[in-house]
Amino acid sequence: MDKFDLSLTLNGKSETRRVALDARLLDVLRYDFGSPGTKEGCGEGECGACCVLLDGVLVNSCLVPAFQAAGRRIETVESTPPDLLQTLNATGTSQCGACTPGVVMSIRWLLQHPEIAESVGLRAFMSGNLCRCTGYDGIIAGLEQALQSNAKKAET
Amino acid sequence: MPAGADLPRIDGLDKLAGRAAYVDDLPTPGAWHGATVRSSVPRGKIRDIHFDPAFDWNDITIVDHRDIPGPNQLKLIDVDQPVLAAGEVRHKHEPILLLAHPSVHKLRDALRAIRVDVEPLPAILDPAAPLTPDLIQYKSDNVLKHIDIRQGDPGPVFARAAHIIEGEYVTGSQEHVYLETQGMLAQWQDGRLTVRGSMQCPYYVLDALTHLFGRSRDAFRVIQSPVGGGFGGKEEYPSLLAIHAALLAEKSGAPVKMIYDRQEDMAVTTKRHPSRTRHRTALDKDGRLLAMEIDVLLDGGAYVTLSPVVLSRGCIHAAGPYFCENIHIRGEARLTNSPPYGAFRGFGAPQTIFAIERHMDVIAARIGIDPVELRRRNLVRTGQPLATGQIYKEPTDLPALMDRALDLAQYKARTQSHAEFNKSHPFLRRGIGFATFHHGAGFTGGGETYLASEVWIEGKPDGTVELQTAQTDMGQGTTTILTQVVAERLGIPTEQVRVATPDTSRVPNSGPTVASRTAMVVGKLIEQACDDLLHQLGRKSGDPEISDDIRRHASLPGKSLVGRAKYQKPASIQWDDKTYRGDAYATYSWATYVADVEVDLRTCRVRVTDFVALQEVGRVLNTTLATGQIAGGVVQGIGWALYENVVLEDGAMKNCQMTNYVIPSAGDLPPIRVVFEERPSHWGPGGAKGIGELPMDGPAPAIVNAISRAVTTTINEIPVTPELLLKATEGRGHG
Amino acid sequence: MQVHRPYTLHDALALMAATPTPTPIAGGTDLLVSWHHKPKEKLALLDLSQLGGELAAMRLTADTLELGALTTYWDVIASPEVSRAFPLLAEAARQVGAMQIQTRGTWAGNIGNGSPAADGVPVLMAYDATVVLQSTRGRREVQLDGYYTGYKKTVRLPDELIVAIQIPRRTRKAEWFEKVGARAAQTITKVGVAVVNDEKGWRVVANSVAPYVCRCRNLESALQKGQKFKSPEEIRDILKNDIAPINDMRSTAAYRETVLSRVLFYRLADKA
Repeated sequence: MDKFDLSLTLNGKSETRRVALDARLLDVLRYDFGSPGTKEGCGEGECGACCVLLDGVLVNSCLVPAFQAAGRRIETVESTPPDLLQTLNATGTSQCGACTPGVVMSIRWLLQHPEIAESVGLRAFMSGNLCRCTGYDGIIAGLEQALQSNAKKAET
Repeated sequence: MPAGADLPRIDGLDKLAGRAAYVDDLPTPGAWHGATVRSSVPRGKIRDIHFDPAFDWNDITIVDHRDIPGPNQLKLIDVDQPVLAAGEVRHKHEPILLLAHPSVHKLRDALRAIRVDVEPLPAILDPAAPLTPDLIQYKSDNVLKHIDIRQGDPGPVFARAAHIIEGEYVTGSQEHVYLETQGMLAQWQDGRLTVRGSMQCPYYVLDALTHLFGRSRDAFRVIQSPVGGGFGGKEEYPSLLAIHAALLAEKSGAPVKMIYDRQEDMAVTTKRHPSRTRHRTALDKDGRLLAMEIDVLLDGGAYVTLSPVVLSRGCIHAAGPYFCENIHIRGEARLTNSPPYGAFRGFGAPQTIFAIERHMDVIAARIGIDPVELRRRNLVRTGQPLATGQIYKEPTDLPALMDRALDLAQYKARTQSHAEFNKSHPFLRRGIGFATFHHGAGFTGGGETYLASEVWIEGKPDGTVELQTAQTDMGQGTTTILTQVVAERLGIPTEQVRVATPDTSRVPNSGPTVASRTAMVVGKLIEQACDDLLHQLGRKSGDPEISDDIRRHASLPGKSLVGRAKYQKPASIQWDDKTYRGDAYATYSWATYVADVEVDLRTCRVRVTDFVALQEVGRVLNTTLATGQIAGGVVQGIGWALYENVVLEDGAMKNCQMTNYVIPSAGDLPPIRVVFEERPSHWGPGGAKGIGELPMDGPAPAIVNAISRAVTTTINEIPVTPELLLKATEGRGHG
Repeated sequence: MQVHRPYTLHDALALMAATPTPTPIAGGTDLLVSWHHKPKEKLALLDLSQLGGELAAMRLTADTLELGALTTYWDVIASPEVSRAFPLLAEAARQVGAMQIQTRGTWAGNIGNGSPAADGVPVLMAYDATVVLQSTRGRREVQLDGYYTGYKKTVRLPDELIVAIQIPRRTRKAEWFEKVGARAAQTITKVGVAVVNDEKGWRVVANSVAPYVCRCRNLESALQKGQKFKSPEEIRDILKNDIAPINDMRSTAAYRETVLSRVLFYRLADKA
């Protein structure tokens, strides 16, 4: 398989790796850029475990060809702020942890765009992240808590 | 922080931050990738394996059955399953060859360059199909296990019964869909074949490796990586995958990673046993159970695997939490040429509980009695026996538990308001239904005695302790709750407790992480090991300032401080494995679940609009984690009841993608109202009982009872897909 | 595998004329599904993501909405003006997969992929959309109704690119959309339908009930004549000549046909 030099900004750092031409963004994050926090759950854009922010937009990284990430900004679960992690851990958002990175990225996106929550509702918003452990209540609780903390921060 | 307080999940921050290193996340320089060549037919003779001569095979490692050093057998309950087919295949996707190469690209090309010619043989794909001699593949009748449970003598009772009610109840298979697929890494390290991966039972894997390679236990080391969900799916299958990776690592000399992608995982790994249960019940005129005849049939798939014990748990729970003097339960697990079915949360009980709890509603409707009243009259009471003769001695008043759940769900008010609503709405129908049930904690019958589990707790010179068990955390929270148990028993802060990674080179065999046994059975052993450690310090539980003693004692030159405990059968538990009489489990968890549903008669889609899950599980060790376990189990149960349809082709799963095998999403579900009734039990640590499997049992019958009422049609099969509901309600002129 | 990443439409069209004919890729939400299972030896991809400009634009004028080929579902959802002018577009967009798909998937890609279950196509067809195709040989406009000729077969010639979708603004008396899938969201349509009644008459467009997304012309003409229906079965009898549903692992022909007629019956009783 042909290779190419892929340069991108990962969690704020510019990096370049030589990667396979047919790789997906998910593959290069995990196996080339040393960022295995992002998980593969289904490989077909169904489960959302591989969610990342691409130029600030929530996407499934298993559906993004690596070459389209050239020159772009990627944020992954590894750059999640510690206070958000604490909030989510107290509410039971994670159990086995395999869907968790994608869930966390969806939550981070929603925190940046709280207006989405108002228009679609939290459960509909989270329906792109399939979880087999929590029954979603722990995830929704985490999301609610995070939105509240965010709103408080915005006030002060 | 003591038990009962909500210690946040110890492994939580690492998981939330993406730092937890699952097997495919481990940096393994020089690792090769492994892949499997499989059968494309359900049964046949392997005639030829054709390697494309145009392909360069030089640097590909190829393993077949001849490379197996010892017996070609996957050691479980039986040894009938080969790890690589030799001459004959018994199910579609059965492994035939293993390949490894450093490049995943070349490996994919190699898979395409191999053709296996198999001469098909007649296959049996329905366990109830008539047997002809050419279909027999196990013993004389393809029966993998037969179980008889008898109490009293049901036969003559039917003659004097006021009512005889019969019913047949069918449950479909179910795929685990743990979000992390199966994966193993095998490599030579320090002169030992070392296997790391996603597994529930490191010692099962060790036993399987030892048997297949014909070497001693010291030749292997099995280490559990963080596990991204198990639900039973990583109980027995990882042994096979570990062997495959180990065979490739041994032959290639390189570390070999075998990571299934979702399609392969869904297509080839174990699933829940499909079942068909028949009930024939005699009742008196007041609806008291006089006699029950129950026939349970499980599809076991192509090899024995764990079917005998799944059948066993299923049969023991088949008569429900009811008192009946005359019972005969007959169970059979039969061979088919499907990939073997295996362990799945609930382990046979969800199937038979679906049957009995649907049957109770069918009885109620047929004899014209309120289903609540019918259960109230029959729920087991102190001093009465359950089906195996086990006398009910628990502190819980089951009718009161049921009433409390129904009150929480506003059962009476909603039954009425739904009736009004259904009269007025053109196409929406609402219904409320419930199930009362129980689930045995720990291994069935003499299982715990046979396991003889052992746990150690080691004091360290810095005053901390390390808990050493083989118990794995696959998301259910083992690490956190066992930490709490240790901290509480020793009277030290949870920060001073470490839980060792399950690694067969340094933890004892405390048994598998299955059967709702970890918190209760292993937790109790941990208390005993703590007591042993305290005893060595000359202290006892409840004494203050233990840490200093630990520090002092563990620092003594040449001394080690290790508390130990080994399971010993309590004298009060009596079980006879031959007659299936006695105390099937040390204790049970008890529950009533109530489901509210809305059916759209246009689309025949069912939405669960409210769900109350009330259970008595002894003492709750950690409310957040326990609630999460129950809510997750309930949703898995909702999935099994309504959404999850394993479509078979040639006996194997055809819809093996998450796009086509539909598990519920957040948008499909109401918040699950989880409520605990706490009654500390002396069987578990700090009063805890098992909870892992219980929530899988109740949702399906509660939901289908609700649907049956909403659409006034008897539905006795799951999953209730819209297609099934359309068929069931068609011709009823809905609108 | 080859990848072309042109920066101008001119270059892209020139590449479309090359052999082997490249497969255009924008959001990748169809093409990348189960990517590692797909053979790629003979695959050439033409990445549209850097074209921007005209292809990325969404233009709402007094009489037309033009969606450039790179317009995503999310672009429509996030535009209050477009959502107001064409509510069914926003409604359908919200039901394509989940948010993570909506941010990447394009309307043009949904048309180009040609799936009979495409969720964006029924509303576009019900709004009487036109597909703008361009090649080095020139530019042409094709009615979306008429774009498909068979299962995954279209009138697009190998060297043509979908560059835009045009939707006329009209006064509408009725418009609605319903998607029936296996779960509330993130689901492939078992049966779906978009209905519009505007100055040009009724258009009823169904998906997942035929080899391609199609108009139900017999039902449309019945509606045109002002026919009222007494039961879903009456609608089903008319639909028999409009649709050809199949059994597959997601559903059954009987289910698709029955549910489509029931959904139509109750909706028409409600809104017509």
